Amino acid sequence: MTKVKRRTRFSWRTQLGNVGTYVLWTFMTLFTLGPIYWLFSVSSRSPVQVFDKPTILIESFYWENYLKVFNDRVVRDYLINSLVVSTTNAVLVTVLGFFAAYALTRFKLAGASNIFFWTITNRMGPPAAFILPLFLIMTQVAVFGDWMLFDTRTGLILIYTLFNLPFAIWLLKGILEGIPIELDEAALIDRANRFQVMTRIIAPLAAPGLAITFILTWIFAWNEYLFAATLSSANARTITTRLAEYVTTTGTNYGELAAVAFIATLPAIIFLVFVQRYIVTGLTFGAVKD
Amino acid sequence: MKSKRNSNRVGWWLLSPSLVLLVLVGIVPFLYVIFLGFHEWNVFSAERGRTFVGFANYADLVFDQPFIAAIGRSILFTVVVVGVELVLGFLLAQSLIKDFRGKAIFRTLYILPLVVAPIAVGATWRLMTVQGFGPVPHFLKEVFGYDFNIGVNSGQAWFTVVLMDVWHWTPFVTLTLLAGILAMPRDPIEAAQVDGANKWQIYRHITIPALMPIIFITMFIRIMDSLKVVEEVYMLTNGGPASDTTFIGLHIFRTVIQKTDWGYGSSMSLLVLYFTIVVSWLLHTTVTNKMQQVKP
Repeated sequence: MTKVKRRTRFSWRTQLGNVGTYVLWTFMTLFTLGPIYWLFSVSSRSPVQVFDKPTILIESFYWENYLKVFNDRVVRDYLINSLVVSTTNAVLVTVLGFFAAYALTRFKLAGASNIFFWTITNRMGPPAAFILPLFLIMTQVAVFGDWMLFDTRTGLILIYTLFNLPFAIWLLKGILEGIPIELDEAALIDRANRFQVMTRIIAPLAAPGLAITFILTWIFAWNEYLFAATLSSANARTITTRLAEYVTTTGTNYGELAAVAFIATLPAIIFLVFVQRYIVTGLTFGAVKD
Repeated sequence: MKSKRNSNRVGWWLLSPSLVLLVLVGIVPFLYVIFLGFHEWNVFSAERGRTFVGFANYADLVFDQPFIAAIGRSILFTVVVVGVELVLGFLLAQSLIKDFRGKAIFRTLYILPLVVAPIAVGATWRLMTVQGFGPVPHFLKEVFGYDFNIGVNSGQAWFTVVLMDVWHWTPFVTLTLLAGILAMPRDPIEAAQVDGANKWQIYRHITIPALMPIIFITMFIRIMDSLKVVEEVYMLTNGGPASDTTFIGLHIFRTVIQKTDWGYGSSMSLLVLYFTIVVSWLLHTTVTNKMQQVKP
């Protein structure tokens, strides 16, 4: 079939359409960034200025909010907890998810896919349903002498697998399905063992997928609030719980609240730049390919 | 034969750590919830122990006014936000089909809310609408003389909660629908254009039917998530004014954590879970039927 090249003519309709597109997207960008900008703007106000009327431009920057937040041992500890919990959890679910996805795509395991379909239904339930039993298990069953699983980073790392591990398995399953099984078979004939096949052949090929899985699960763990708020009391609290703690009955320190919210949001936004091409596939559990 | 069985054993070994973990954090707590749902247990009540009450919790729930009201609000909220997000997402996806200068930048900025923590989303919108220095009430007051106070006016509180959810999740709907549109074969549309079909007819008879699977997946995920929204609303309105924005997730959270009504809260969670499963099953069957009619 030959392609007919049409002479592009100046058309008012197309030009109008282009202008419309820019008007629409300028408006959408303002709508999207407005609240985030305002968050940043509030974080620049001193406790006195905070109640001044809103202005578009930031007139003077009150760095003390950020300094205070970073010098606050509590916030620092919470940030470290968040970092440790989400990184460890993301590594754990990416590795285990890779093993499981490999098993599901390379072996015929009776009933295995049904089990994993069930795990995905965990997503349907209200998270509050899991909080109570997990709380009781962590305070009464997983207890060894003085030590209990409640209020430990280990506890949160394990619990976050509830939503992150099924996600990792589903995402990686879709990626490993795209890698031909003949590669495995060829290597096995050449006397490589399974472990070598997985680490030397499949893992490098799936590297982008593994990276996306790590980043998205990291973001989910970093953003989690309900479990962290109810299954920790002092030692394992994460940065998201700090946000809620600023809202008190005696009055809210809005400047610091905004600073903490902004700090808590920043890492995920930076990560987004790397994964945005895959975010559709990720957020739909691999159901929609971008 | 023997080697095959051995190799399957390797598969199960690879799968086992994930299975063990998911049983521990998923299935065991789930069974425990079923068990607790048949009990009355409140640590701060007069009798602190756990007593078996059979189906009494469930019988109570049917007549529990705040519970039923919270479910009703959640359904209304879900219908509204999913409806708005689908329509808006579809229109915005349409405008992203063609290339234009700066599209990549607009797109990146537009999807930022997707990765913001729900609790931070709630905090951000609280700062937008807080009395005194929030720009939304300030602007409406200065320019239109209109009083905007989501702490008092439940209509305005609802509007803000919906707007917040639209802000947070329309990018997701836009991206999935756009992915679906871009993956669609162009031939049927071109053929229809040749046959003189107008834009509306093409949408009605080609684009939307072909997009149905993607629309279904998107709706499915969005319905699941809006039925269990907690953090954003907790931070923005804390369920108020009165309990006008107390959705079911927040209601359960309060019952279990704040009132420590453990047995009753468990049966509540289960009932909501069943309800969610029924909704998604209904959605699934209707859409599959629709799709079978469309496909030759």
